[in-house]
Amino acid sequence: MPNRELTFKIFRYNPASHEVTPHLQTYRLNETEGMTLFVALNRIREEQDPSLMFDFVCRAAICGSCGMLINGRPGLACKTLTRTLPKQITLLPLPVFKLIGDLSVDTGTWFRHLSLKTEAWIHTDKEFDPTAREDRMDNATALKIYEAERCIECGCCIAGCATANIRQEFLGAAGLNRVARFMVDPRDLRSGRAFYEIVGNNDGAFGCIGLMACEDNCPAQLPLQQQLAFVRRRMAALGLKL
Amino acid sequence: MVTTHVTDVLIIGAGLAGERAAIEASSHGLNVTILSLVPPRRSHSTAAQGGMQASLGNCAMGRGDNPDIHFVDTVRGSDWGCDQDVARLFVETVPIAVRQMAYWGVPWSRVVAGKRTLPDGRVIEEEPEYEGLINARDFGGTAKWRTCYTADGTGHTLQYTMDSIVIKMGITVHDRMEAIALIHNGERCLGAVARCLRTGALTAYLARATVIATGGYGRLYGASTNAVINEGTGMSLALDTGMVPLGNMEAVQFHPTGLVPVWILITEGARGDGGYLLDKNEYRFMPDYEPKKKELASRDVVSRRMIQHMRKGFGVDSPYGPHLWLDIRHLGAKHINTNLREIANICRNFVGVDPVHQLIPVRPTQHYSMGGVRTNIDGKAYGLKGLFAVGEAACWDLHGFNRLGGNSLAETIVAGMIVGQKIAEYALGADLEFSSRLVEERIRRQEARLADLIYGRNGKENVYHLRREMEQTLMDYVGIFRNGKDLETAVARLQELHQRSRHIGLVSSGRGASPELTSALRLPGMIRLALCIAYGALQRTESRGSHAREDYPRRDDVNWLKRTLSYWPPDADLPELKYEPVKITELPPGDRGYGESSAQSGTGSNPQKA
Ligand SMILES: Cc1cc2nc3c(=O)[nH]c(=O)nc-3n(C[C@H](O)[C@H](O)[C@H](O)COP(=O)(O)OP(=O)(O)OC[C@H]3O[C@@H](n4cnc5c(N)ncnc54)[C@H](O)[C@@H]3O)c2cc1C
Ligand code: SF4
Ligand code: SF4
Ligand code: FES
Repeated sequence: MPNRELTFKIFRYNPASHEVTPHLQTYRLNETEGMTLFVALNRIREEQDPSLMFDFVCRAAICGSCGMLINGRPGLACKTLTRTLPKQITLLPLPVFKLIGDLSVDTGTWFRHLSLKTEAWIHTDKEFDPTAREDRMDNATALKIYEAERCIECGCCIAGCATANIRQEFLGAAGLNRVARFMVDPRDLRSGRAFYEIVGNNDGAFGCIGLMACEDNCPAQLPLQQQLAFVRRRMAALGLKL
Repeated sequence: MVTTHVTDVLIIGAGLAGERAAIEASSHGLNVTILSLVPPRRSHSTAAQGGMQASLGNCAMGRGDNPDIHFVDTVRGSDWGCDQDVARLFVETVPIAVRQMAYWGVPWSRVVAGKRTLPDGRVIEEEPEYEGLINARDFGGTAKWRTCYTADGTGHTLQYTMDSIVIKMGITVHDRMEAIALIHNGERCLGAVARCLRTGALTAYLARATVIATGGYGRLYGASTNAVINEGTGMSLALDTGMVPLGNMEAVQFHPTGLVPVWILITEGARGDGGYLLDKNEYRFMPDYEPKKKELASRDVVSRRMIQHMRKGFGVDSPYGPHLWLDIRHLGAKHINTNLREIANICRNFVGVDPVHQLIPVRPTQHYSMGGVRTNIDGKAYGLKGLFAVGEAACWDLHGFNRLGGNSLAETIVAGMIVGQKIAEYALGADLEFSSRLVEERIRRQEARLADLIYGRNGKENVYHLRREMEQTLMDYVGIFRNGKDLETAVARLQELHQRSRHIGLVSSGRGASPELTSALRLPGMIRLALCIAYGALQRTESRGSHAREDYPRRDDVNWLKRTLSYWPPDADLPELKYEPVKITELPPGDRGYGESSAQSGTGSNPQKA
C-alpha cells in the first residue's frame, strides 16, 4: 500500500459567510508512513488550503475535540490512520452539533448544556473541612465511577444516534452515562426521585431505542449498553416504588 | 463593531489553574469571566495521566511522608532554582487541595488492604487502618510514593470535576475566545482584547483583575508532548506590554521517548521493563555512552545521548526528521500486552506499529515549560498592577530549573487556590476605572493588526514556513544539549525570523475565524518567546536542572544562583535580560542526588492533619 495518492473529499461551508454554499472539495495528498488524519489535515491546510477549519487539541485521543464523520462513520480523526482507509476519504462534520465551519462543530456548548440540564456535579449538603482527613471510599467504587467518567465528550455516540438526530433535547448515550456516573457516586446525595426527574422521560432513558450505534462508535470504548441498562433498571425499580 | 464585556475578574485560560482561580475569586462574590481557546474540558490539563503529588502518607510506600520531605524533593528537583518560600507554601497546601478535589468528586484511587508483589519482586502490605483513603503511586525524584492518581486519567478527572464546579457556580465561560493583547495604561492592567474563534470578531474585556492561566509553550518546539494549543500565547501577551518580565524561559524540560511523528509520550516504563534504544543500523548505542546505566540513565542524560548520536548521523531518516528506535520485542507478546498495554495501544492506534513485532520510532521531545510570567508569591505579575498569573504559564517559582513529575498538576490547583484568594482581595479593593479613549486606542491597534494581515499590507512571508523554521531552530540549537556556538546560531536565526515575521501575508482571505489569521497573529509573539529561551540560555554559562551546557557542564552557584528575567522593550530585536536572586530559606544548595538521603528524614508519623 505504500506511495498511495489519497483523495480527500472534505465538506466545506462557513455559516459566518454565506458566499459559498455547502459543498465537497477535493484535495490530493501522498500518503506517508504512519500518517493519521491529524497529520493529513494539517498538511492540507499548510500546503494547499489555509482556510480549512477543523479541530485538534491533544491529538492523542484524550480531549475529544476531533470527532468527525470519516467515510460516513463518527470517529476521532487524530487516532485514525490513513492506511486503515481506502484511497478515497470523505470527511464530514458531525451531525446534531452546531456547525462552526467546515469540519469544526460546537460540541462544547452542547455538552455544557448537558451538564447544566443533568446538574452534573456532586450534590451534597456537607461542608468541606480543610483540617479533616478525606472521607473513605472503597476502591471498587472509585473505579466504577471512573469507568463512567472516562467519557471524553467527543460526541461520536450522539452523532450516530438515531434519536439524537431527530430530537434536539435527547440526552443521548453520553448524557445517560453522565447521569449514571453521579448515580453510582456515594458522595452525591440526590434521591432516586431527583434522578428520575432528569432521565425518566423521552429526552432521557425512554427515548433510547436501543440499537446501540452509540457503543459501536465510542472511541473510548465505554460500556454504554451496560450504562444505559443500569439507568433503565434504576428507573424501573423506582417506578415500582412511586 | 467591537463589543465590550465588563467583569470583576478576567481569567485567560480554562485549564486547571484558571478554573481553580476562577472558583476561588467567584466564591468571594466577584463576577468572573473565563476565556479559553477551546471548551474548558479540552484544555491540556486533561491529558495528564500520571498524577498529582501530595504527602498524604496513606499507602505503605508513602508511610511517614510529610510536607517537609515533599519540600526537600521539590527544592532538590529544582536544582535549587526555586523560591523556597513558595515551595514551602505549596507543600503545606497540597494535601488540602487533593482532599478538596475528592470532596468535589474526583474518584481518586484508594488504598486496598493486603499484600501485593511489585514488578521488581518486593512484597508490600497495605494496612487495614488505611483502607479507603487516597492512594499514591511511585514517581521519579520522590523519596516516598506520593503521587495521587485516578487510574490512568488523573488530569481528565481533575479537569472534569473542576469544570463541574465552574458550571455549578454559573461562572461565565467564553470558549473559542482568544486574548490577543492586554489592555493597560502603563501602570495597571485593565483587561484584554480578544478575538472570537467562531466569527473573527473582537471584544474588549475590562476587569479589575486580569489573570494569565494559559498553560505552557511546548509547541514552540517542533516535537512536543503538549497539546497543539500550547503556544505560549499568554506569555506573549505579558511580554508584549514591555513591562512584565518572563522568568527562567531557558528552563525547558525534555522527555527521551516521544512517539514519532505524533509526539505522544511513551512512558519510562518501557525502558524500565527492559526496552532498548537502537539506531538506524539497529545497533544498541546507549551502552557505548553510559556503560553502567545504559537506557536507564536519568531522563536528561538519555535525551542528551540520543541527540548526540543522531547528530553523528545515526538517526533513522523519516519524512518527519531523524529518529531512533525503541525495541521492546524481546519482552514478548504476553508481557507487552499486559504490563505495557497502554504503550502498545498508543503505538497501534497512532502510528500503526505493533511493538510485539515492530520497532517503535522515538525521539526526545519537549515536555514542560518551567519558565513563564514572573510573579511574586501572591501570583502578582511583576511590572503591572492588577495582573496575575497561575499554572504552567507562570513562573511562581516552584519548579526552578526542573519540575518533578506530579508537581505540576498539584501546582495548578494549589496556586489556583492561593492566588485566587489574592486576586479576590485585590479585586475587592480595586475600582474599575478606565479611560474609554485608552480602550478604544488599544482596540484600534488590534484592528489595524488584523487589517494589515487581511489586506496583505505587510508582505508575503508564509506563516507556516516561518513557523517550521522557528520550530526547527529550537529543536536543532536550543534543545537538550546546549553550547555557546549553537545558541548564537539560534539567536541569529530567530532574529532573522522575527524580522521576517513582520512581513507575513495570508494566502487565504483571512475572513471570519480564519485559522491562518489565527496563526499569523500568534507567530511573531512566539518567535519573541523563542528568543527569550535561546538568548537566556546563551547568557547562562552553567548547567542547572534541564539547562545543560556542554561548554559549562557544572552548576555554578557563585555566579548563577539567580533567576533570569526577560523583558521585551518596544521595537526591540532581543530581550533585555535582568537577574534576581532565588529565595533560599531552609535548604542551602547541595548535591542533587535524588531520593535516598531525603528518605531518611521521614519521621514515621502519620501526617493526618497536614
Ligand atoms: C503528556 C503530558 C502528561 C503530563 N502528565 C502530568 C502528570 O502526570 N502530572 C503532573 O503533575 N503534570 C503533568 N503534566 C503537566 C501538566 O499537565 C500541565 O503542566 C498542566 O496541566 C498545565 O495546566 P494549566 O492550567 O496551567 O494550563 P492548561 O491546562 O494548558 O490550560 C491552558 C488554558 O489556556 C487557554 N488559553 C491559552 N491561550 C489562550 C489565549 N490567548 N486566550 C484565551 N485562552 C487561552 C487554553 O484554551 C486552556 O484552556 C503533563 C504534561 C504532558 C504534556
Ligand atoms: S442505543 Fe439509544 S442512545 Fe445509543 S444510539 Fe441507539 S438510541 Fe441512541
Ligand atoms: S460516550 Fe464515548 S462516544 Fe459518547 S461522547 Fe463520550 S467518549 Fe464520545
Ligand atoms: S485531538 Fe484530542 S481526541 Fe483527537
